[in-house]
Amino acid sequence: MYDRGKIIAGLVVFAGLTTLPFWYNIGKARVRPDPRLDTPAIRQMKEKHCIESKRFMIEYHMQMLNGWRNAVVRDYKTTYVSTSGQYFTMSLEDTCFHCHSNEKQFCNQCHSYADVKPYCWECHVKPGEEIAHGQR
Amino acid sequence: MKLLFAFISVVMLAIIPSIGIGYAGMQYVFGVVVPYVAVAVFVAGFAYRVLNWAKSPVPFRIPTTCGQEKSLPWIRQNKLDNPSGTPGVVGRMALEILFFRSLFRNTRTELRKGPMLAYGSSGWLWLAAITFHWSFLVILVRHFRLFSQPVPPFVNVLEGLDGFLQIGVPTLYITDILLLAALLYLFIRRVAIPQVRYVSLVSDYFTLFLIFGIGLTGVLMRYFYRVNVVGVKELAMGLIALRPVVPSGIGGLFFVHLFLISSLFAYFPFSKLMHMGGVFLSPTRNLANNNRMKRHINPWNYPVHVHTYAEYEDEFRDKMKAAGIPVEKE
Repeated sequence: MYDRGKIIAGLVVFAGLTTLPFWYNIGKARVRPDPRLDTPAIRQMKEKHCIESKRFMIEYHMQMLNGWRNAVVRDYKTTYVSTSGQYFTMSLEDTCFHCHSNEKQFCNQCHSYADVKPYCWECHVKPGEEIAHGQR
Repeated sequence: MKLLFAFISVVMLAIIPSIGIGYAGMQYVFGVVVPYVAVAVFVAGFAYRVLNWAKSPVPFRIPTTCGQEKSLPWIRQNKLDNPSGTPGVVGRMALEILFFRSLFRNTRTELRKGPMLAYGSSGWLWLAAITFHWSFLVILVRHFRLFSQPVPPFVNVLEGLDGFLQIGVPTLYITDILLLAALLYLFIRRVAIPQVRYVSLVSDYFTLFLIFGIGLTGVLMRYFYRVNVVGVKELAMGLIALRPVVPSGIGGLFFVHLFLISSLFAYFPFSKLMHMGGVFLSPTRNLANNNRMKRHINPWNYPVHVHTYAEYEDEFRDKMKAAGIPVEKE
């Protein structure tokens, strides 16, 4: 083999970079997201269900909320008809947070796990936070 | 025909996991076994190819010289295009690897009316190539968010820049568009230019389709037919912690994406994609042009049996004298 030193060094760098995920997480505690549904409003519900199916909400809630925002802000359509035919007001604060009033134990669980940084809170107030005087 | 063969191959690769997941319930095979095998083949195969290349001797300095060689002190040397030492070579290699400098020099020859031969710069291939490669790298690094907990800050910075336009939710990534657009251009170029189509092989089309398939499934999963990202991350984290788990309800599209990527990884060492490692070993770029400053001995030189004149004369002196031939030593 020619240029042994350079070749080996290059291959070591290559293998190190390729297997970086394996090294990076050694010794780090394995956390699992644990979104909680344990809020007063949900506890009082007889049948515990969201406005759409659980799977749909997990996969598509962000697109639904984005659609809601566009519908409300641009077209002033404020009523959402769910697949099961129920009517809901398109409102993050009045509809979603009515049940999911635990942002840290619910929203943030998956968002921080999957490294998602939604910009909801640039306009909206987090559930449970005090609304400063003069706002809203 | 070649195009069709490559296309059908990629479609087959996409169908295999769909059937495996949909009808046979082989989540563990496609989620755990196949990715592990693919990465192992990739790393081992890559190393094997590079070590194999390293066994070939490079007897002479054969850099392509694109500028003034180092010469007399008052003649200005072109240090990047005709390097005479390591710093120049490093600079030249960096420009080649990061910015595809030699591809940038691509020219086009045309016969115009007159007749007149015209040469012009042809930068479209370079533009599509560099867009594709950099986008692919950014996308690869962005995927590190699924392989780390907590996610390192440079990934966040990259995501922020890539999603700068803040279009839609989930935010549109610029590189997603650029990657697919560049691939589309590279494909159209291959089909539309007769000369390029003539030299295109199945493997050329196959690679294009395979990477396009990976990009397409990724885009579909992100923007249209969403999958459970948390489940995907749990799978990824399990894989790298060597404690694999396959969470239920991830969505079939993800397994197509994963299988296509695994195919790419496994195919990589056997394909011309090895230019990723090969670019570092191109002797026309990575050698300094110091032929006149240093003596380079051919590494495969063996001892040559020579018969000098002195020895020849020793052997035949008597006969030479007898024949009247003059000798140097009496």
